[in-house]
Amino acid sequence: MNMLQVNSSSLDTNTDTRTAMTSNCRRPEHTAPPDVFYNEVEAKKYSQNSRMIEIQTQMSERAVELLNLPEGQPCFLLDVGCGSGLSGDFLSEEGHYWVGVDISTAMLDVALDREVEGDLLVGDMGHGMPFRPGTFDGCISISALQWLCNADKRSHSPPKRLYTFFSTLYSSLSRGSRAIFQLYPENSEQLELITTQAMRAGFGGGMVVDYPNSSKAKKFFLCLFAGVTGSLPKGLGTETSDRAVSNQVQYSGQRCRFKGMKGKSAKKGRDWILEKKERRRRQGREVRADTKYTARQRKPHF
Amino acid sequence: MKLLTHNMLTSHVKGVTKGYPLLIKATEVKVTEVDFNPQFVSRMIPKLEWSALVQAADELGHRQDLPVELVPEYEKNEEFLKKVHRVLLEVEVIEGCLRCPESGREFPISRGIPNMLLNDDEV
Repeated sequence: MNMLQVNSSSLDTNTDTRTAMTSNCRRPEHTAPPDVFYNEVEAKKYSQNSRMIEIQTQMSERAVELLNLPEGQPCFLLDVGCGSGLSGDFLSEEGHYWVGVDISTAMLDVALDREVEGDLLVGDMGHGMPFRPGTFDGCISISALQWLCNADKRSHSPPKRLYTFFSTLYSSLSRGSRAIFQLYPENSEQLELITTQAMRAGFGGGMVVDYPNSSKAKKFFLCLFAGVTGSLPKGLGTETSDRAVSNQVQYSGQRCRFKGMKGKSAKKGRDWILEKKERRRRQGREVRADTKYTARQRKPHF
Repeated sequence: MKLLTHNMLTSHVKGVTKGYPLLIKATEVKVTEVDFNPQFVSRMIPKLEWSALVQAADELGHRQDLPVELVPEYEKNEEFLKKVHRVLLEVEVIEGCLRCPESGREFPISRGIPNMLLNDDEV
């Protein structure tokens, strides 16, 4: 979503709203509330930009993988911040049935035009999920949760909205199911705010970070477990993952020792002392001759 | 809005204790063909509030021969599962509204999408 903002600003800077939007490309949630930001213009991009579609689909795929649903079974899932239905389409492809919630009617209109199979609702995450207990087998949310961390109105209290969201979500999930959130956290305080409220609401789990060493590929997935203790999945691109290729050479303490040397000998070794004596001779100073005793280890008191 | 979704929806307005089931007032209903998946229907049945489903189907005039009580051993009963499938996934409310049974608050449905946004005093 952030990369798309950069692309669009180079295409068209005529519209007032567009100029306003591009003023904060990297964090759209600083520009306007989500129902204002995701207007018709923005929504159109979501149906037309192939790179956007590719990224969203990839993240949906990873989110479904993290959901760890029973194999071969069609499930009933919730898509929070479903937008134009890109992630929902992936769910349908996998044979699942889903309900999508989004605050932007413009985005949902695009979803309708794209004839998504899931049922759609207009709703605000911060108001809570309006479902009976145990409704869903799982929940995914792509690039939406960070919007809940900003107070768009004076009456908004992000921690309260987060808690309302998480507690109602917890109840709407069947025991043993998961909620996977792909998000772009602004900073560690925001992450902490989110995880605190999620834990307060009864969820277990934690953050999974894919490709932590790559600034471009790095992705955050908040994995929440409703009612069962499971082990947190490993992030891709980390040492123990067998799926990803390591994109960094293993850190070696040995090599680090000689890092700053720049072609010279190690400090205080015999070679170094001989070199220094030679240097001082060239400077014209009086230097003792080199003998077999040069650079010999002396007793500590020396 | 499909009746499967309706069966799960409640009013989440602050202070409302019995916001379920939401009464449907439909001005436009559509029936579309959806692939029949007996496994999914069978799995969903225990999650449903059966009486609410029958009531909703009645309200839309699409109940047909759906029984008042759940049929025992429905997993193997394909005919019954097909009836449930039709009511759950093929009947859609396009225009209308949902009404809270306790407070009377209405949630409008437009283009098949219910609007569950709350006012500041309802949160």
